[in-house]
Amino acid sequence: MLLLIQYTLIFSSVLTLVALGGCISEHSGVINLGLEGIMVIGALGGALVMSNLATLPGPLLVILSILAAIAFGMLYSCLLGVACINFKADQTLVGTAMNLLGTAGATVFVKAMNTAMNPDNHSSEISYVAAREKFMVSIGGFEFNWFMLLVVVAVVVVYILLYKTKFGLRLMACGEHPQAADSVGINVYRMRWSGVLLSGLLGGMGGLCYILAGVSLWKFENGVAGFGFLALAVMIFGQWKPIRIAVSALLFGLFRALSNVYSGFDFLAALNIPGNVYNMLPYIISLVVLAFTSKKSRAPKAEGIPYDKGQR
Amino acid sequence: MKKGRFLEKEGAQALIASLICILLGVLIGYIVLLCINPAGASESIVNVLKNFMTYSKPATQWRKFANTLAKTMPLVLCSLSILFAYKVGLFNIGTAGQYVAGACACLYGALGLGLPWYACMLMAICAGALLGCIVGLLKSYCNVNEVISGIMLNWIALYTTNTILTKVKEGASPYTLYLDKVNPKAFLPKMGLDKLFGGNEYVTIAIPLTILIAIAVGVVLDRTKFGYELKATGYNKNAAKYCGMAEKRNIILTLTIAGSLAGLGASFLYQTGYMRWECTQSSVPGMGFNGIAAAFLGGLSPIGTLFSSYFIQHITDGGAFVNTNMYCAQISDLISAVIIYLCGFVLFIKLTIRKFLAKRGDKAPKKPAPAAGKGGDR
Repeated sequence: MLLLIQYTLIFSSVLTLVALGGCISEHSGVINLGLEGIMVIGALGGALVMSNLATLPGPLLVILSILAAIAFGMLYSCLLGVACINFKADQTLVGTAMNLLGTAGATVFVKAMNTAMNPDNHSSEISYVAAREKFMVSIGGFEFNWFMLLVVVAVVVVYILLYKTKFGLRLMACGEHPQAADSVGINVYRMRWSGVLLSGLLGGMGGLCYILAGVSLWKFENGVAGFGFLALAVMIFGQWKPIRIAVSALLFGLFRALSNVYSGFDFLAALNIPGNVYNMLPYIISLVVLAFTSKKSRAPKAEGIPYDKGQR
Repeated sequence: MKKGRFLEKEGAQALIASLICILLGVLIGYIVLLCINPAGASESIVNVLKNFMTYSKPATQWRKFANTLAKTMPLVLCSLSILFAYKVGLFNIGTAGQYVAGACACLYGALGLGLPWYACMLMAICAGALLGCIVGLLKSYCNVNEVISGIMLNWIALYTTNTILTKVKEGASPYTLYLDKVNPKAFLPKMGLDKLFGGNEYVTIAIPLTILIAIAVGVVLDRTKFGYELKATGYNKNAAKYCGMAEKRNIILTLTIAGSLAGLGASFLYQTGYMRWECTQSSVPGMGFNGIAAAFLGGLSPIGTLFSSYFIQHITDGGAFVNTNMYCAQISDLISAVIIYLCGFVLFIKLTIRKFLAKRGDKAPKKPAPAAGKGGDR
């Protein structure tokens, strides 16, 4: 039971972080379908720090690897910003390309790195056993991960940022009606860039959190198994509102956690359902949930439409 | 002057934009190789581009060319599936899952039920269509974003397929049974086409059929009332509804057709015996995603898709020829991902060409303005 709670919390942390990223980006008017790629690249940044600087003292290592994940994520999100804000490219297409590029790029990079260190090593794995322990605090069998605390902070910060600051209100105006925002002197391009960069920040952190969730080595060929899109489903279910996103992430996290730990429950194991069904569960649930919640969607009105100054 | 006229054509601009994307994509791939290890970079990038041409004997080259060709056909169908939906304003990222469902249906039909090839093919089409239909229903009745529902269905299809095909897999290995041992009837007929390619057993009627389908998709979209209705729905759903079109039906129908194309694509690969399904696969096959690259690289034209798909498959296969002591085969995935990304800039490239033309037009002596027939302002 403790294990289930632990996994639920850690997976919902991932989903919350990434969904908050998607939420900020969409409030600024850019649909960020590239979150999956951003997660992979962020995870790569974090994993590099964790495997190379594992000897550093605990708190410093934790902070450094999170900072690396953030930096990688933000840098990578610039690809979306340049294409979709400055060059008015199709946001769906660019987001998809970023997902493919993230996995392919990370795989090529890690393989090259491994081969350079040891000519016989052609795997795409980075291992970070020692570093992972520094993220964890064991409380009576429950592995507390610092990310769980970080997520609570992130939810509060994003809530205040969006609803209580001038910046946040302006950002949201750019997602609702950019022409109107522009007419009162808000720089729409700058606001959208901030939205995209912030989503890179949160997406990168989410990626690092994801690879720390259950394992201590990561194979970059696998990417993040649709988590970026699950996060978008969470965001829609959360109606683009930070607090609701956090709550709905708990629900999705629970179903994702079930696939990891179902064999530990006697009554679930007795049902004798194949493991693949549990693997499918989060995706099925999100489809069902989306079917019921998308109808009266509170999506920002101008999301997905490139801002054109000349348009009325 | 002649060149100027050539550039003014929409098709020529699309072609130039695609070529620029390819060039930049390959260049970036080359730079990545250089960064990893400058020693073998040139040789490896040339090998990626040469693919089967790296073999020295012409006969072997011809046979290996047929291999790439056989694998191009499913890719063409996947990109047609994306193209068809995109023309109607829908981004069918679910193609990957529809392709997986097709693979599941045709392999189970062939290995589990022992059906002949046409029945398996039909099952693959239906499975893909079913998945597409679900996305369409969700989109039109529940307003679910087709990209997100498509991705969810991709994963659901993958795990379902793994479960179902485990029933027809070889004892110890994770792969499904061999078609030729269990049910040779399920092979697509070759009609002597294999003889053209030095007896390559993977060459089947899939190749002419695919070309016919590409032409058919083009005709339906550009020459029929049905196609126009679909496109009108894509441009403006509400306007289409106002004009009396069944906009919901059109969306569902589009995604169903797109899904069936992807399902058929899977049948064209798995029923040649080229590949077997691996029942422990943990990621969705890249075919559907490469289809996105092919569709946009082909300038969103069905005929262009034939060529762009071949190119994408060519470099994907070419990835196997890099020097694996230094590099990995994923470099071709990287190149195609970069190409998709660059395709986002196609509009910008076209605009630049047009601006360039307009500038040149200004310098040239002005032709008399076209007769002011439209001047009905008063």
